[in-house]
Amino acid sequence: MRLSRAEYKEIARWTEQLRPTRQCMKILKDRYPHHSQSTLLSIFSLEYQKRTKRTMSRHHVPDVMERYYQRYLSETKVRPTAPVLLELANEVDLSPALMARIILDRFLKDMDGGMPSKTVLNSMLKEPSLIQDHILANNIYQCTINDCCYGPLVDCIKHAVGQEHEVLLRDKLMERNLSFLDENQLRTMGYDKTPDIILEVPVAVEGHIIHWIESKASFGDDHSHRTYLNEQFWSYWNRFGPGLVIYWYGFIEELDCQRDRGLDPSMRRPLGHHGVDRQQWLPLS
Amino acid sequence: MAALLESVLLRKVDVDKVVDWLKSVQEGEKLSFSEPQLAIQKQEFVPFLLNFLREQSSDALTNGPATPAKTPSCPRPPAQTPGFSDKTSCRSAGSGLGSRGGSRVQLFSPAASASPGSESDAVGQSGVSGVSAFCSPPWSTGWSPASRSSGSERKHAQKVCLGDYMVSPPELQSSTSSQTHKGRKKSAGSTLVSGQTRHGGGRGGPQSDEPGGRRSARGGGHGRMSEQVSPSTPAHLNFNNLEDFPPVGSCPVSSGTSKPSRRINPTPVSADRPHSKPKTCFTSTPLQKASSPPLGAEPLEGLGLTAVGSPMSLKEERELLKREKTKLAQQAASLSPFSLDPCTPTKTGSGAESKVTPDPQTMCPEPCRVTFSSDLDVLAELYCTCISENLVPNVYLELFFVMQLLTSRSLHTHNDEEQLSLCSVNSDVLERCYLRQVHNCVYFAVKVLENQFQLVAHLDKCTLRLLAENERVASFSPDLKDRLSQAQNRSTAKLSPSASTFIHSVPFQPATDNRSNFGSDKAFHPLKKKRDIFYEALREWEDLHKEPGWNFDAALGTKIRGMMSQLTSAGNHSHFARLFLKQLVQMCKGPRTSTLSVDTTDADLLGMLGADSLGRLKRLEERLIQPHRVVGPCPPPSFPGHQEFFRDFIQTASCCQMNQHLQDSLCQQLLHLDEVSILRPSASVGEGEEEEDGDMEQQDEKQRFSSVLLLARLLAKFLGFISFLPYQTSEKPSREIQEASVALRSKVVKIMPVIFNMPKISFEIILHLTAELEVIFSTVMRLQLNRHEEMCYLNKLLLVSVLGWLFQIPVIPEDIFFTSEFTALVKDEGSATGSAGLDCIPLVDQQLLYTCCPFLGEFRKLLAAFVSGSAAKSGGIIRKITPTSAELKGTPTANRSQQKLQVDLEQAFFHNQPPSLRRTVEFVAERVGSNAVKHIKATLVQELVQRGENLLRDGLQSSNANSSKLNDSICAQLCDVGLEALAKATRFCDEKSPDAIRILLPVETTPPVLTTSENITKRLAAEKACSWLSANITALIRREWKSRYDRVKKALCGPLAVDADSAVVELVRQGQMNTPRKKQERAMSCPPLCKHNASLPSDVLIEIKEMLSVAAGPRADEELPTGPQLTTLLQRVANTLECRKFLTAVSEQMLQNCTVLLACKLVSGELPVRSSSRRGGVAVDPGAGSEPSVSDVLVQLAELWERGCCSSAPLHQLFTPLTVAAVLKASDTEKKNYLFLVRKLVDKGILNEEEVKSYWRKLTDLTLPAELIENFQLQSQSIKLSLPLAEMQSCLDMLQVSHQTIEGAT
Repeated sequence: MRLSRAEYKEIARWTEQLRPTRQCMKILKDRYPHHSQSTLLSIFSLEYQKRTKRTMSRHHVPDVMERYYQRYLSETKVRPTAPVLLELANEVDLSPALMARIILDRFLKDMDGGMPSKTVLNSMLKEPSLIQDHILANNIYQCTINDCCYGPLVDCIKHAVGQEHEVLLRDKLMERNLSFLDENQLRTMGYDKTPDIILEVPVAVEGHIIHWIESKASFGDDHSHRTYLNEQFWSYWNRFGPGLVIYWYGFIEELDCQRDRGLDPSMRRPLGHHGVDRQQWLPLS
Repeated sequence: MAALLESVLLRKVDVDKVVDWLKSVQEGEKLSFSEPQLAIQKQEFVPFLLNFLREQSSDALTNGPATPAKTPSCPRPPAQTPGFSDKTSCRSAGSGLGSRGGSRVQLFSPAASASPGSESDAVGQSGVSGVSAFCSPPWSTGWSPASRSSGSERKHAQKVCLGDYMVSPPELQSSTSSQTHKGRKKSAGSTLVSGQTRHGGGRGGPQSDEPGGRRSARGGGHGRMSEQVSPSTPAHLNFNNLEDFPPVGSCPVSSGTSKPSRRINPTPVSADRPHSKPKTCFTSTPLQKASSPPLGAEPLEGLGLTAVGSPMSLKEERELLKREKTKLAQQAASLSPFSLDPCTPTKTGSGAESKVTPDPQTMCPEPCRVTFSSDLDVLAELYCTCISENLVPNVYLELFFVMQLLTSRSLHTHNDEEQLSLCSVNSDVLERCYLRQVHNCVYFAVKVLENQFQLVAHLDKCTLRLLAENERVASFSPDLKDRLSQAQNRSTAKLSPSASTFIHSVPFQPATDNRSNFGSDKAFHPLKKKRDIFYEALREWEDLHKEPGWNFDAALGTKIRGMMSQLTSAGNHSHFARLFLKQLVQMCKGPRTSTLSVDTTDADLLGMLGADSLGRLKRLEERLIQPHRVVGPCPPPSFPGHQEFFRDFIQTASCCQMNQHLQDSLCQQLLHLDEVSILRPSASVGEGEEEEDGDMEQQDEKQRFSSVLLLARLLAKFLGFISFLPYQTSEKPSREIQEASVALRSKVVKIMPVIFNMPKISFEIILHLTAELEVIFSTVMRLQLNRHEEMCYLNKLLLVSVLGWLFQIPVIPEDIFFTSEFTALVKDEGSATGSAGLDCIPLVDQQLLYTCCPFLGEFRKLLAAFVSGSAAKSGGIIRKITPTSAELKGTPTANRSQQKLQVDLEQAFFHNQPPSLRRTVEFVAERVGSNAVKHIKATLVQELVQRGENLLRDGLQSSNANSSKLNDSICAQLCDVGLEALAKATRFCDEKSPDAIRILLPVETTPPVLTTSENITKRLAAEKACSWLSANITALIRREWKSRYDRVKKALCGPLAVDADSAVVELVRQGQMNTPRKKQERAMSCPPLCKHNASLPSDVLIEIKEMLSVAAGPRADEELPTGPQLTTLLQRVANTLECRKFLTAVSEQMLQNCTVLLACKLVSGELPVRSSSRRGGVAVDPGAGSEPSVSDVLVQLAELWERGCCSSAPLHQLFTPLTVAAVLKASDTEKKNYLFLVRKLVDKGILNEEEVKSYWRKLTDLTLPAELIENFQLQSQSIKLSLPLAEMQSCLDMLQVSHQTIEGAT
């Protein structure tokens, strides 16, 4: 699914008012019924991460965090069973999972007096039952489980999605008898940079020769594409020549994919005929 | 020398004698002639002759840049100089002669007294001044007779002068004036930063005239650099750039004897500007748009010597220039439109560019009006001898000069007779105007061209065509025209071979680049980043370097230096150096490095037009875009295309470690190249029959050789550049330093034998020579210099041409060619390396010659300019442009681009494979292709010939047989059938290639790679065989047939007993090659027959997450799941966990975790199960259709965990205080559900009692409300009791009962 930049921007603008909760996906889906849930979630997630990066510093000020903690304490006294923390997060427009982390961090400081270790913090977020304070544990859990952009479960889902699509990709390549080396093989061979796939025999995808394929189980927006270019794609290009990126959840069609280096992003479904509508191929060379 | 020439011209000495003398190999042999006191050396005579011709023709030479001979002039005895001696009183004091001979005959000053300052000074001045305008034709047409007040003045004014060759480089235009100014100041005796060391005193002759008609002695005139009017575009950098190759040792200025050179550029600039260091040598400076305006003769005269010095005079100069400009403008305006040269717009603005202008007054040269023809014959013979004996520094320069003569236009149309008489009257033969008139020039030129036809014949097709079509050639020598026309068809050289580089990055090869090649991670990882930074810089350069104002150092300097500073360990440096060089070779090895943007356009256009049309379009584009400049055959050395990036990178990085590693690596590669053996193909031994095959193998060797040579040139250029980078200063080093370096260098054995074996030549020379290592390397390649008769002509031509170019480069002192030391040295080198070997193998073809010497294209330009000039006369078109049509003949576009894509794909395939794969494929293809040809010869051709013989015999038996007719018809038949050869050869290649490839590639090569390699090999081999066959099969058959025919004819005299075996060897198809085994599927422990169609883990995770978040709330009641929903979900989870295909450890773990959490939420009542039936209000049959209850779901969960795939479910979460507390807080139903679940777990053996007990024991430590603990312990007590042996059953019963109770309750 390719979106025009304008279209993408419209969605992005619209997501600004949303909070990263279970409900937001329904709202989005109702608003943009023609886009797949995954694409919408991916776009929302990207935009929300940008938003978080923009605003995080505002929340990460000691006295602000202290204020959150105190509010949490006072409100739970009054309403011990209410979703106090989740409400607070939504009120100050902070990701609930991140709010949970702040509060838990603060709580542990109170408990042990010292700085809690990251491992402890993470394991508690992952498994709130480890938290002795049951009210807090419930609040934390409520936050992390409801957050659709951050939190251990979301991370895990993202990871799983990525892996699955790599498997799907390998399947598709094998279906077409394309011989390739995957990331793990490359790693054992000592490659310093490892795209998901290096084709042993390059193929042409709608007129573009590609040597490698990188699978991205996300939506390709300008920002993430630029980041990927700098952190990954150029490295691959430098080593293996031109390649292909698949944004499984679509990408902005005007994406800078180095047209001046012989690229044409205007391709539809080069490898796929397998009814995977969400797959998107972006040749990069 | 002059005496000798005089004697020859006066017929006092026989020409043949002189020619023989010139031809004699004996070095240093002197020729003594009539007057015993006159014995002269060849190296004195040759430059004299060249100079003489140049000066003779200086009037007529109006087209193209001048071609000065780079020869030191030899003084003439004063006794011989009657004529103009009065006018030459201010001859250079430096030469110590002051004779008129010196002034007139010597274009060049003696090199010995060279001073770097004054020369550059002089050149700079004249370059910026209008002097050049006198010599460059466009302006000369505008002269009015009025401006030629006196004959001598006019004559001199028109002489070729240094200014012709001098232009400022574009980027330096602004600084030129300051530079020259500075130079002038210093010329009084101090050192000068820029340029060559020669003071201009000696060659004032043609420069300009004093008002009194005297020759001036100033103005260092024709430097040997002066031919370097270069076409360089700003992007082209050159070796003469002082920043790249600064002069180190310059001879001291002989200030005492030199007159200050005259500067003509009147812009006074503060003399001392330490920061504006001169960037280029003056002579090699590229043409500049903003260069001096055309000037008339007067300002020069007015300026003269007085121009030296004060700012006052500069002001005057300026005034004069201004006046002159206006005058010229008026003149121009008054000219008829066509004389304004409306058709050559490219020339406007570039004052120094020489253009052929349509000259309405030009008369056609006529053979009948040639004067002194016998003398001209003598001169031509001497001149040709010099050329063919390689006595001239640069053969092509001479050829260019001759072409200029051919295309010259006389300006003396009005007072021709007067001129003639003036010349004839002169008693001195040397004063005669042999080449004054266009008739004589053309006559002379045609003579030389006839004589040097072999040389000419090796020019490119286009040039030959232009020559053949030249009407002057036709009128003076129809025979030459015919020969040229014939030669044209044989010529194969193309002017602009275009190389397209498909892949731009150096592939990562695990064998050399992976972690194991590094000592530590610390060493490995930085390089990883460097690679990316390097390419980032390269891309940025590609994108931006053409933008105005983009500066390499400013844009990339920090990045590159930062990167260099991080490359710490030696290993890293060498790795990076290797990457750097590989990239360099990859991008720049080709004949012409095209920029990326061009490539991109190519790709697009190709799609549109197909390969053929693209080629035509490119040529058209080239013609339209390329400024039509004639710049002479000696362009300055440069770093074209991407080479510029690498040069700038090295400079900017200024990292000594990297340079050292680069140098080492370059040396290594060069040595390796030197070891490449190029063999004389053995097949060519048996002259006749095997000749064709020999041709084919020779082609391969040729290709190999050319690739080696081109690579060597590139590597050597960079080696030279890096080697002398440390000596790069803008200041002239002190004498001591210089001498010390020279001394040291002579002691150090270096890797490049030739270059460093030259200690006798000054350090400076070596310095600059090294810049041209690429040239010398061809000597290393054991090509011999001149006079090897058996040497292949083109080989020789390449060498001569490249060396000639070398001698013309400014950095090489002009006299080096004429020093016997050098010649001796080159000879030594030659004999040392052994003269056999490569020289005799025809390795160089025209293509390579033109690739190595692109400046040969200048001939074409010159001739084309001449044509355009003529055409413009009749108001015609400048250049004929054949329109290219976008329509394609033959194959459809799609097919073509498909082919191109196929080829690209093959290239791409090799890119990331080990290099050995490509070598193997190419090797096998080459061999198989060659074998295919042999096979065809052995089978098809033999069979055909046999068939022909039978036909012949049959035919001859019939009564009225005409054997020759029969022969022809049989031959034609055979040739027709012979075309089958292509198909047969292709089949042969298809069959043979796979086997060979399979044997030669490593065993572990994967089947797809193997198959691809095989296919590529097949195609390459077939292509190779077919291309050779299609070109040669007919000739081969004809030849074979002819010999058979002759034999049969002869044999027919007697009875024939030849019973030829006519069986055609049919090719045997080999068994189908094995289909490659399918790659083994990734190992997965799915259950047998798993179809992998379970829901994706991520999808299931998302659903569970949804469920859990509903459980955690806040939620609406309708969000609560129903029993069926839960069981469906759990079933999906089970399926997903079963199929391992998409599972990873992380997602698996999380899934299991989620199921446990779900169980917790269920047993604690936090996630109530909604009854869909109740909501629907429909009565449900309690039997079959009843909804699954919580306990059913719990059982399902327990069953799920029971499976092997869930053995690691984090069940402990069921016993955490949080969960237990929630359970205890809830109603009894929940408590019972909880106990039910635990019992199930124990029951199924998922947990054992000890575990359960230990979990609960831990709970007691917790500060749970005492009541809850008590309550819970009561509950748990029963389980505990039940566990051991017999009591277990009762406990289970009890739990069963309670379970039923629960059921009943709900």
